[in-house]
Amino acid sequence: MSTVEVPLTTRKDWASDQEVRWCPGCGDYSILAAMQGLMPDLGIRRESTVFVSGIGCAARFPYYMNTYGVHTIHGRAPAIATGLAMSRPDLNVFVISGDGDALSIGGNHLIHALRRNVNITIMLFNNRIYGLTKGQYSPTSETGKITKSSPVGSIDQPFNPVSLALGAEASFVARTHDMDRAHMQETFRRAFEHQGSSLVEVYQNCNVFNDAAFEGITSKENRGSMLINLNHGQAITFGAEQEFGVFKNADGSVFTDRITDANRAGILVHDENVVDPASAFAISRLTHSDHEPTPMGVFRSVQRGEFGSAATAQIVQAQANKGSGDLGALLRSNGSWTIQ
Amino acid sequence: MTKATQTTIKNVVLRFAGDSGDGMQLTGERFTSISAVFGNDLATFPDFPAEIRAPAGTLNGVSSFQVQISDHDITTAGDAPDVLIAMNPAGLRANMAILEPGATIIVNNDAFDERSLTKAGYADNPLSDGSLGKYTVYEVPMTTITTEVCKEAGVKPRDAERSKNFFALGLVSWLYSRPIDSTLAWIEARFAKNELVKQANLRAFRAGYDFGETAELFDARYEVAKSNFAPGEYTNITGNTAMAWGLIAAAKQSELPLFLGSYPITPASDILHELSKRKEFGVRTFQAEDEIAGIAAAIGASYGGALGITTTSGPGLDLKSEAMGLAVSLEIPLVIIDVQRAGPSTGIPTKVEQTDLMAALYGRHGESPVPVFAALTPGDCFYVAMEAARVAIEYRTPVIVLSDAYLANGTEPWLIPDVASLPSFGPNFASGPNHELADGTMEFWPYLRDPDTLARPWAPPGMAGLEHRVGGLEKSDGPGNVAYDGLNHERMTQLRSNKVAGIAKSIAPLEVDDPTGDGEVLVLGWGGTYGSIVAGVLRSRARGRKVAHAQLRHLNPFPSNLGEILSKYDKVLVPELNLGQLSRLVRAEYLVDAKVLSKVQGSPFRASEIESGIEAILGGAL
Repeated sequence: MSTVEVPLTTRKDWASDQEVRWCPGCGDYSILAAMQGLMPDLGIRRESTVFVSGIGCAARFPYYMNTYGVHTIHGRAPAIATGLAMSRPDLNVFVISGDGDALSIGGNHLIHALRRNVNITIMLFNNRIYGLTKGQYSPTSETGKITKSSPVGSIDQPFNPVSLALGAEASFVARTHDMDRAHMQETFRRAFEHQGSSLVEVYQNCNVFNDAAFEGITSKENRGSMLINLNHGQAITFGAEQEFGVFKNADGSVFTDRITDANRAGILVHDENVVDPASAFAISRLTHSDHEPTPMGVFRSVQRGEFGSAATAQIVQAQANKGSGDLGALLRSNGSWTIQ
Repeated sequence: MTKATQTTIKNVVLRFAGDSGDGMQLTGERFTSISAVFGNDLATFPDFPAEIRAPAGTLNGVSSFQVQISDHDITTAGDAPDVLIAMNPAGLRANMAILEPGATIIVNNDAFDERSLTKAGYADNPLSDGSLGKYTVYEVPMTTITTEVCKEAGVKPRDAERSKNFFALGLVSWLYSRPIDSTLAWIEARFAKNELVKQANLRAFRAGYDFGETAELFDARYEVAKSNFAPGEYTNITGNTAMAWGLIAAAKQSELPLFLGSYPITPASDILHELSKRKEFGVRTFQAEDEIAGIAAAIGASYGGALGITTTSGPGLDLKSEAMGLAVSLEIPLVIIDVQRAGPSTGIPTKVEQTDLMAALYGRHGESPVPVFAALTPGDCFYVAMEAARVAIEYRTPVIVLSDAYLANGTEPWLIPDVASLPSFGPNFASGPNHELADGTMEFWPYLRDPDTLARPWAPPGMAGLEHRVGGLEKSDGPGNVAYDGLNHERMTQLRSNKVAGIAKSIAPLEVDDPTGDGEVLVLGWGGTYGSIVAGVLRSRARGRKVAHAQLRHLNPFPSNLGEILSKYDKVLVPELNLGQLSRLVRAEYLVDAKVLSKVQGSPFRASEIESGIEAILGGAL
């Protein structure tokens, strides 16, 4: 255990002196407030915390955190964070990204960071639109979406970020939304505490270019019937009276149905620790549209080897076997001869 | 039995050629190694196709290894082989264009059957149709003898056939009076795990050596005396190995952990391989998902206080350009190593070119100045890697190092430096707040520069009180906050440019080799053409020309005395393996009528080509 105590902080200590420059009403404000409010509870130091981002509205996030921060280039934040986390295992590394940044231009880096399980916490702010470029459809926009670059409707099939992350061997995958600070903070905390790569999809409203995208699910009046809260070890039920449940088909897919005495015993019990991702994936497929019940919470949380630690272990092993590197010996390792 | 006469020669150029699967690179490397330990000066030129195994017996599948051994200082692997060892018809045919009349050809005549001849595109057998009349040809049934001697050891003919390259090595070892003990020991060790293969190779090697001794085919045997090396301890080194070791040395001398982010690409991958083996030096290697992630991870590591490195070749350099721009804006140390190959696009992946100079200097959007250094010889890669790291650390900047496919795989005897004599260059991390506010409180300004170098403070995460945010957006001069103000942007653009230009103060002035002091022409080269140009200039001087030579290793900034040097010469010849990139820069920068001597054939300059270029410019034909 560390004997050096982490100083007590408040939310204010974690806010930088920079003026926040998102559009008034943007969902990013509530995410920022949730993050700044959570930080004092994580037991970490500001100087050991780094926020890394790519490009997009979400990517301005590091400027507003009074920690170390680096705002990089489009899509590459997971790769930059990988190099940082590998070489500095003492740091708490967060990646802030959006649906375009993480899933379009940076899709390759995202999936590889997840499969490697490097110790970074990735926040994917999903507003289903390109905001900073002023309103084009994104890789999570629903098919048929009318935008500036799809005036008669987009023809792209969208990604489901949770399904994608599960397919990429992610060891921790969760979803939360910008209308519920307590749920965000609990989800962020769990993602941070996870050893390895964690991905949190945050449903986030862009009130300028894609307003009310998640209104049908996340608004106060719809939440009760449309949000399926996932709780480890508990039967998956939802609805104002918890009158609906999630059930498994014979083929492994899942569906929602009203609970009856006849089917009650068959309600799926959520197990986020199960190694096989099939069940988590099946649950992730419940998200078909903005007007259907959508799972929230931790889909998967399993332990497996962390990438940076494995890399360090190889160095430690090599030094144990060969001693700390001797440059003079290295320069002679291919054989040498002496001219008198 | 008549004993072959022993003749001492000053130098010889050998070229081993055969199918990609014939082990020509191994044979050549072995011969090189024997000669290095014997004490010859030498230079090698491995020449092989991009395909791992192109269709056997075809011209596309020919793999060659050229080596020059000498009793005096040499700088190239030689223009044309004195001796070609051809293991099959394709190996012969592919090299006919570079053979000079009078050259010696040793062929494995067992391989000259109708099928192999057809595959190589011969209508008639060149061994019998008189077409080789200008050469001295020795026909040796290498496959037959190798199979025979291996039979006694219980090796099946098909397996034994694979050892014929050791027969060739044995024969050439006899012909050039090489000591054989070290090769026998090497075979014992290398094939210790497979007794049959070991026996086959040992027998084949001895059979080759004995064949020379007893066959009465060769009337002369040669000796190349030891070269007069400066005293010291030497090793034989390729450019890629030297680069990797230079990076390890730089990490040690700067007391920073080395982090390599890289994606496999020919001909740079061997740097990744070498560094991956050296974990005991605290080296972290990260094989990234793509070229962009390679540099991005290196930037992340540098941001965290490591020595971040990325290695690549042309196509990867293109992909890394946006991330290089980020490093320019972040002003953090980073070394980008580009082992140049023939382009554009995939080009000819295993062949040499110097066509990335403009890309390295200008291949990024915006005003994005980056120091660019180039290695002159395989061994020089060690020093250029160290210098790039020093400048990257001292000036907080990405630095591009240009190597090339010739340096990467070519070898030379290299004087091992005294480790204690290597320079040190610590990171000098920021240690505390650096700016005093009006009320007397101190705060940290990440873009408050050192007045001498214009370098900004490097403050990796972990230091309380120095928390700060940086990024690719323009920053205010000093505080480093996001700033869109036009005048501030102009000031920052100028500062970044001045910082890189100021590196000229910290690099060596250019040296000119002008023995008479009144050269009629300055030959100005850069990077890996050093050896070819030295050899060519020597030939010109031997015919009485007054020629000066200077070789640039700093392409940005140029050495501060380059303008003064150029002004001394009426004629300036710039040989380069491109269509004229340095020559264009020199013309633009110094208003000098520099003429390009261009070559883009995927091979280094020959000394004779440099000599012809000098004749042409002196004669007014260029």
